[in-house]
Amino acid sequence: MANEVIFHSIHQPESWKLSSYLATGGYEMLKKVVTEKVPPEEIINQVKISALRGRGGAGFPTGLKWSFMPRHFQGDKYLVCNTDEGEPGTFKDRDIIRFNPHQLIEGMAIAAYTMGVKVGYNYIHGEIWEAYERFEEALEEARAAGFLGDNLFGTDFCFNLHAHQGYGAYVCGEETALLESIEGKKGQPRFKPPFPASFGLYGKPTTINNTETFASIPYIIRHGGQKFLELGKPNNGGTKIFSVSGHVNKPGNFEIGMGTPFAELLEMAGGVRSGHKLKAVIPGGSSVPVVPAEIMMDLTMDYDSIAKAGSMLGAGSVIVMDETVCMVKALERLSYFYFEESCGQCTPCREGTGWLYRVIHRIEHGQGRAEDLDLLANVTSNISGRTICALGDAAAMPVQGMLKHYRNEFEYHVEHKKCMV
Amino acid sequence: MLSPESLAKIDKEIAKYPAGQKQSAVMAALRIAQDELGWLSSDTLEFVAGYLGMAPVAVYEVASFYNMYELAPVGKYKITVCTNLSCTLMGADSISAHLKSRLGIGFGETTADGRFTLKEGECMGACGDGPLFLVNNKRMCGCLSSEKVDQILAELK
Amino acid sequence: MANIEIDGRQVEVKDGSTVMDAARQLGIYIPHFCYHKKLSIAANCRMCLVQVEKAPKPLPACATPVTDGMKVFTQSESAIRAQKGVMEFLLINHPLDCPICDQGGECQLQDLAVGYGNAASRYHEEKRVVSNKELGPLIATDMTRCIQCTRCVRFGQEIGGIMELGQAGRGEHVEIMPFVERTVNSELSGNMIDLCPVGALTSKPFRYSARAWELTRRASVSPHDGLGANLAVQVKANRVYRVVPRENEDVNECWLSDKDRFSYEGLNSAQRLTQPMLKRHGEWQECDWQTALEYVANGLKRIRDDHGAAQIGALATPHSTLEELYLLQKFMRGIGSGNVDHRTRQSDFRLDAALQGAPWLGQSIVELQEVKSALVIGSTLRKDHPLLAQRLRQAVKAGAELSLVNPVDDDLLVSVANKLIVAPSNLVNALSQVLKALAELERTEVPTALAGISVTPAAAAIAASLSRGEKAAVLLGNLAQHHPRYSELHILAQEIARISGASLGVLGEAANSVGACLAGAVPYAGPLGRDAGTGMNAAEMLATPRLAYVLLNTEIELDSHDPQQAVRAMEQAELVVALSAYRHQALNYADVLLPVAPFTETFGTFVNTEGRAQSFNAVVKPQGEARPAWKVLRVLGNMFNLNGFGYNSAEEVRAEIIARGAMSLHEACNNQSRNIQLGDAAPAAVSGLQRIAEVPIYQADAVVRRADSLQRTVDGAAPGAVMNGVLLQQLQVEDGEMVVVRQGDGSTVMRARRDDALPLDCVRVAAGHPLTATLGPMFGEIVVEKA
Ligand SMILES: Cc1cc2nc3c(=O)[nH]c(=O)nc-3n(C[C@H](O)[C@H](O)[C@H](O)COP(=O)(O)O)c2cc1C
Ligand code: SF4
Ligand code: FES
Repeated sequence: MANEVIFHSIHQPESWKLSSYLATGGYEMLKKVVTEKVPPEEIINQVKISALRGRGGAGFPTGLKWSFMPRHFQGDKYLVCNTDEGEPGTFKDRDIIRFNPHQLIEGMAIAAYTMGVKVGYNYIHGEIWEAYERFEEALEEARAAGFLGDNLFGTDFCFNLHAHQGYGAYVCGEETALLESIEGKKGQPRFKPPFPASFGLYGKPTTINNTETFASIPYIIRHGGQKFLELGKPNNGGTKIFSVSGHVNKPGNFEIGMGTPFAELLEMAGGVRSGHKLKAVIPGGSSVPVVPAEIMMDLTMDYDSIAKAGSMLGAGSVIVMDETVCMVKALERLSYFYFEESCGQCTPCREGTGWLYRVIHRIEHGQGRAEDLDLLANVTSNISGRTICALGDAAAMPVQGMLKHYRNEFEYHVEHKKCMV
Repeated sequence: MLSPESLAKIDKEIAKYPAGQKQSAVMAALRIAQDELGWLSSDTLEFVAGYLGMAPVAVYEVASFYNMYELAPVGKYKITVCTNLSCTLMGADSISAHLKSRLGIGFGETTADGRFTLKEGECMGACGDGPLFLVNNKRMCGCLSSEKVDQILAELK
Repeated sequence: MANIEIDGRQVEVKDGSTVMDAARQLGIYIPHFCYHKKLSIAANCRMCLVQVEKAPKPLPACATPVTDGMKVFTQSESAIRAQKGVMEFLLINHPLDCPICDQGGECQLQDLAVGYGNAASRYHEEKRVVSNKELGPLIATDMTRCIQCTRCVRFGQEIGGIMELGQAGRGEHVEIMPFVERTVNSELSGNMIDLCPVGALTSKPFRYSARAWELTRRASVSPHDGLGANLAVQVKANRVYRVVPRENEDVNECWLSDKDRFSYEGLNSAQRLTQPMLKRHGEWQECDWQTALEYVANGLKRIRDDHGAAQIGALATPHSTLEELYLLQKFMRGIGSGNVDHRTRQSDFRLDAALQGAPWLGQSIVELQEVKSALVIGSTLRKDHPLLAQRLRQAVKAGAELSLVNPVDDDLLVSVANKLIVAPSNLVNALSQVLKALAELERTEVPTALAGISVTPAAAAIAASLSRGEKAAVLLGNLAQHHPRYSELHILAQEIARISGASLGVLGEAANSVGACLAGAVPYAGPLGRDAGTGMNAAEMLATPRLAYVLLNTEIELDSHDPQQAVRAMEQAELVVALSAYRHQALNYADVLLPVAPFTETFGTFVNTEGRAQSFNAVVKPQGEARPAWKVLRVLGNMFNLNGFGYNSAEEVRAEIIARGAMSLHEACNNQSRNIQLGDAAPAAVSGLQRIAEVPIYQADAVVRRADSLQRTVDGAAPGAVMNGVLLQQLQVEDGEMVVVRQGDGSTVMRARRDDALPLDCVRVAAGHPLTATLGPMFGEIVVEKA
């Protein structure tokens, strides 16, 4: 089942070219839905059946999200793709636009048709310039070939898609910060409600999905939602790209069915660094709680299984850590990240992320105090759930996870002013 | 202020957005201006503001929010090393140390000859290729080893 | 409508309301910093977190929409825990310097910290320090205290219409700042001081002068522009220390213009006149009131008896109170002279006979904000009436179309849909075009006088915009009223309004412009329009010099249409009596200076441009020997044995005018002129360059002229001679170079400035400024030469 949905053509030379994509049946589904005027409800229904859940991290059911778009709204509406991945451990969307950009374009075009949208944007992380350029080239190819633009396939369906480059702000991955950023402002998230489906880009109804989410659509249209669902497991349909980094022999992206045991995934990534032992895994990107090796080895890779273990699948970004890792140091780096990336608008996150980082930094540098651990726990509880966007929670969760599973390491640091590993 | 080529690029960006939403092109305009001039002086920011019909302070907000804009001069080659968790697990520390000793500067510093600026970066969304760095916001060099770093430095004249 | 319950109390609120709105309706206070009822919702401070039934986490009251049946708890354990958590975060990086902070005693953070803060801080890390910003002479900064509520930024964007402050950086490093080293120049900037919930932005003029709790608040009304902003004047030891807004939704809302706020400095000016003075043998001497008043009475009597009362003229400013102006005209008419006027900057009075009442806004200020289309004729509105401009800004934001016919094209900080920028000599023609286009559009007969007019596309667009608007307004601004062909502009505006169904408004130049007319301080009518015989208007009194003048609060060299002529008239007179709060240029031409009280030292009434009478009491005692002008006029009346001068209080004077209540004032307001006839609409032939003169915002009256901090702002800077680049080139003058500007036998040296939006043959040279007080008429011919 590997590489079934998204990386199916990755073995081809220059897989990113339109010709390669067309050779594997590319754009056939777009043409089909547009020229046969497939009713949008039918498409949404298939997406619902597929149990495709948003691949950006929150895992929100995509079919349901699409059904929120006011379909009969006559004014401007927008479709936005989120290729801003910048959470430590994530690197799948970059490979999608590097190796299979046309599938994303086709997926977006089908989504646009379904929701009656004429203009879309793909927001691409600032640091992956080469991928951005390649995506721009793919757009040019698609426009020239009549897959993007006005009156596609001789119908009245029009869809124009543009790329927008970010420039170094993790928070723009948050969908409303991303919209602000496209509007030419600082990427400060908006308070919700109103949600983008009613007040999105330029204040117009907007649907935002992750790159992988959109890229899964052509498959669902071709094979039906049921087939996609069956690639994974109930409520966790399809394949998922897992990005494995850290202490493995063969880091990289692996597209496998949802529900595949973690042990298999670890093996695909070449196993833990030679001569070392697995200590812990962050299974869904830096924002989710860490899971100790013993627990992780028993899990399957899907939303529900990982949630049961007290963590989250997130964007499927698996950070593998062996026994050489000092958890205090690892957390110090992650806390610095959230401190650095907080957009600064809301009080708990602006003030709290700095506080967390400074206390963890002190502990790491041998200046911890006995009361610091409770203080950390308390500060995280004062951040969680009290911010405008989920970055606040994202900053709190790793701390909570580390304290839950590795409190002893922190205590050791405080007491002995040094590391135990 | 900016070359006709840069202005043409900015105009192309403006065309991506609906009429009356020129401001949407501000990020691209700043990127293009920085590519041409090396960094964003307040004159440049004001020019961009005028070009897009924005308040200068609104442009400043943007330029100071996103990490990849430079509001002070940097070296000819800006090397931004990702030091985030995945990259660190994969050896970013030794790459950073190597770069620092080869260039004789620390993070946030520029070599005396103005050739290199070294910066610490956050996650670039390419962790599988760690350790890695970015040259001048554009060229990503991944799977680094000390030898590979030396090779790249040699290319950057 | 939705029914919700807050802390066990039921309330019905409008759909789309927030929990905060509902709580306010119930009078329940939810702590907050970033929320402000007039600004967009930011929801960034998180202080207003409350518990909502069924919600898994606390929600910000300011941003959470109500839903029917919602149950909210503002004091529950979970709500208080959330609020305390936020308070702790706010305080960790906030300096604990309340004892030296100017906001101390009126700080929202300080107040709330008492209730929500912990005694001891758990934060042992280094506190953040943020550098201060130089924002100009009005706003002092202490940015380390800033809690990033962004109210100041939102105010600029949403109310001021200009984003001068932004929040730069991100995360913990965010800072409120201007672009590079710019100052904040909005004429509404002081409101940011009020909005700042902490001591990050404070009043620079007030800084360190008193502690908030030492001050007594007294209600008053602003004496400056036509709005009549409601003031809270803060007083200590018989001195005005600060002025802040007194909220009045119908007038100034919760705002003040900087002029209203900071001009109080002029009250404490060293130039205050505190003792009556007499000029004897060319020497000024201080004297007592008795001596001074006898001198005045004898002098006036002598001139009346020898030469007739018509040789006496009275000129006042419309910044004087209703009572003062009423008594002035009563006195003048009592001694037999109808020569009384307050319109010293007006030059065209041909309409006087046709007026049916006091010119006014033509609608309420609140209604102005609701218009769908507005045509402003002759005004740089944001400088003439900053808060009326703000009302129109909100109207435009809500979709209204604003059109402009004006000789200058300054940025009004609002989007102007259509504009006709023409030389003063073309204003009548421009308006005629609009009228013609409108008549054609509405298929009514095009007046024959307009037959030869050709309509420009801009004029047609203005006409179309007015004819579409369900609620339209045509407004005549200060510049129109000062224009030498004001009568025609007025008639054209009246016709445009009639045909389009718009309301016609005359923007009262000063706080009491309407009141001055109602008081009868005009030659063509007595109080409330009653017949009062005849008299000379301001222009006639100066063009045909009188032997004696009584000046009330006016600095005639700055307040008149043609200062050259005015000063000449004063110099020729045998007796000039100046009732003034200041020692001013009258020292050069007057014979008697009588120290009178400014608005803070007397009871008085102003009738604002919407016809609203607002009375106020003295907030401090008169300085030195100064006396309220109404008392001085009463004594003079008594000295002449005039009937009806037995007042015991200014309230009695007021009662005499507003006998039938304030409503009667409205009835006496009317912008429609009778027997209108359209004259020749062809552009006036001009030779040479035309002057365009407006009065700079901080030069409009005697008090603000002496407000030092305002004089140091960009708007207070010395005016230049502003010209189109083409004209500069013709004159071979560089932008920034000094030039000699001449009118009549006067000249002045100014800096040339370039503004390509100005019509070609015009030079913009401000009036009302000492630098230009030697020049001639505001719209006359002018000569510019290289210095
Ligand atoms: C701090 C933060 C960062 C995020 N970063 C990303 C991202 O890089 N890519 C992404 O697709 N979603 C990201 N998200 C989630 C988005 O807000 C949003 O839920 C997602 O793009 C929706 O697409 P999906 O439903 O297809 O997952 C982030 C959310 C938060 C709070
Ligand atoms: S939680 Fe953090 S990143 Fe999100 S809006 Fe608040 S300050 Fe910004
Ligand atoms: S007042 Fe609601 S978040 Fe600030």
